[in-house]
Amino acid sequence: MNKAEILIIDDEAQIRKLLEITLQSNNYTVNQAENARNGLITAENHPPDMIILDLGLPDEDGQSVLQKLREWYTNPVLILSVKNSEEDIIKALDNGANDYLVKPFRTGELLARIRSALRNSATDEGDTIITCGEIAIDLEARTIKKNNESIKLTATEYRLLSLLAKNEGKVLTHQYLLREVWGPGYINQSQYLRVFIAQLRKKIEADANRPEYIITESGIGYRFISKEN
Amino acid sequence: MDLFINKISKPNQLLISISVVCGISALCYSLSGYLDYKVVAFILLLTVSIVAVLFDIMPVFVTAILSALIWDYFFIPPHFTLQVGTTEDSILLLMYFVIASVNAVLTYKIRQIEKIGRAKEERANTVKLYDTLLNSLSHELRTPIAAIIGATDNLQSNNHNLTTRNREELIAEISKASFRLNQQVENLLNMSRLESGFIQPKKDWCDINEVIYDAVKRIEENNISQKITVNVNPDIPFFKLDKGMMEQIIYNLVNNAVQYTKEDSEIDIIAHCHANALELIIEDNGKGFPEEEIDNVFNRFYRLKNTKTGGTGLGLSIVKGFTEAQGGTVYLQNLKSGGSRFTIHIVTQTSNLKSIKNE
Repeated sequence: MNKAEILIIDDEAQIRKLLEITLQSNNYTVNQAENARNGLITAENHPPDMIILDLGLPDEDGQSVLQKLREWYTNPVLILSVKNSEEDIIKALDNGANDYLVKPFRTGELLARIRSALRNSATDEGDTIITCGEIAIDLEARTIKKNNESIKLTATEYRLLSLLAKNEGKVLTHQYLLREVWGPGYINQSQYLRVFIAQLRKKIEADANRPEYIITESGIGYRFISKEN
Repeated sequence: MDLFINKISKPNQLLISISVVCGISALCYSLSGYLDYKVVAFILLLTVSIVAVLFDIMPVFVTAILSALIWDYFFIPPHFTLQVGTTEDSILLLMYFVIASVNAVLTYKIRQIEKIGRAKEERANTVKLYDTLLNSLSHELRTPIAAIIGATDNLQSNNHNLTTRNREELIAEISKASFRLNQQVENLLNMSRLESGFIQPKKDWCDINEVIYDAVKRIEENNISQKITVNVNPDIPFFKLDKGMMEQIIYNLVNNAVQYTKEDSEIDIIAHCHANALELIIEDNGKGFPEEEIDNVFNRFYRLKNTKTGGTGLGLSIVKGFTEAQGGTVYLQNLKSGGSRFTIHIVTQTSNLKSIKNE
């Protein structure tokens, strides 16, 4: 049922081979490019449903490839790179990457990220109810239910949770969350975010110390994931 | 004696020598009613000798010349003039000067020999360190690589002789080996970050509870048999720390405990706030560290004697490096009840925003 088309832009033949086997055996159609130039041409001639992009390409920096893609390409882009510094990751997310996975990676994790990115891009903007596992968020009525029981959230908690849930599977950076929920004047007040994330976890997670919905991306931000993913 | 020279700067050595000579001279002068001026010469010569043992050549020479002049001016009759009355006194003064100078030159030579000896010793130590490094590294990197190559060879060319169970086991070995390889590379990269000296902690507000559980989650992914207990007061404030470093510190300490304690041992992680300082304790109920080796465990590439193979001796030195980079200290002690306790203490900003108004 997948049949989504994914373009891999990576200069390492071993990684391309691994991705090809992993993705094809999970019913995705795979296209490949070994450098930035071919990657951009392939993407333009035959726009895929998703792109997996390496940052360390021989002919051009992956970040600038990402910027060029984002001038017209709106489907998900997942970065797959050995670069693991917070700066690189935040920069890629700011440049429009939907997600970022550091090499070495687990294939299970990669497939989960691909699924949620594709699901997100397929989500209709007009949907008013978001369902993730046991949690249902009604954006119109502004209510949250867990296992059909209402959960009381404060206005700020609701804004934060609905923003995370609308972007299910995607990492939202600290700065982005602070700007969207509290306003541009708060982008350096990361302790606010810590407080409210801790409170939300107490309300929606089975064990707030071992969260299954709101996942921390150290030094980068938070990601909301759907349990059955 | 070496310590003395290394600790005191040359200008200070000079200053100390001059004041010592002047002080002793003043003392002798005030006692000149009781002391013959020839005895004063011996006292001053003794002073020069002591200075020569302690200090570098320059201060010793200055002391020698100064004390000779002082002796001549204040003690050899006629007083308060550099003139020397008798031939005998002239010979004494000359001998005084020669002996003092010989003192200085001999000191200098001994220092040179010491310096060469030290350089040799340092070089030997460096060579030893690199040998240890190469041995443990080549072991730690080659073992998992050997496992991967061996297992894949079997799967490729011996496939028809393998049972399904064999194949599954080989695949599990490949997975284990690559995990181990990845961990060693991670350690080496962290170490080189520390060695480069450019490491700057990126401090931001940290929910220490979250940091601990993130590290614990990473450890528990390896299917460990030890029981990890976390004990953090829910009202503990936020601390301004480098979250990545903190997570690595906790991971390495707990991982260390996991590697070197028996199955089903208990590992406790405790965090407190003590007046603007985070105190983080990781203790286990294993057999502890040999007392005589405790001072060395944080050294790079140090491995406990008679320990099982595996490990590069990098984990704990990274703990120390990351703790100190954030201005903290790490301390290891054995518990009376058995087991060991690591205590991390970092003074930093705290924020009690947990009671923030929830609108």
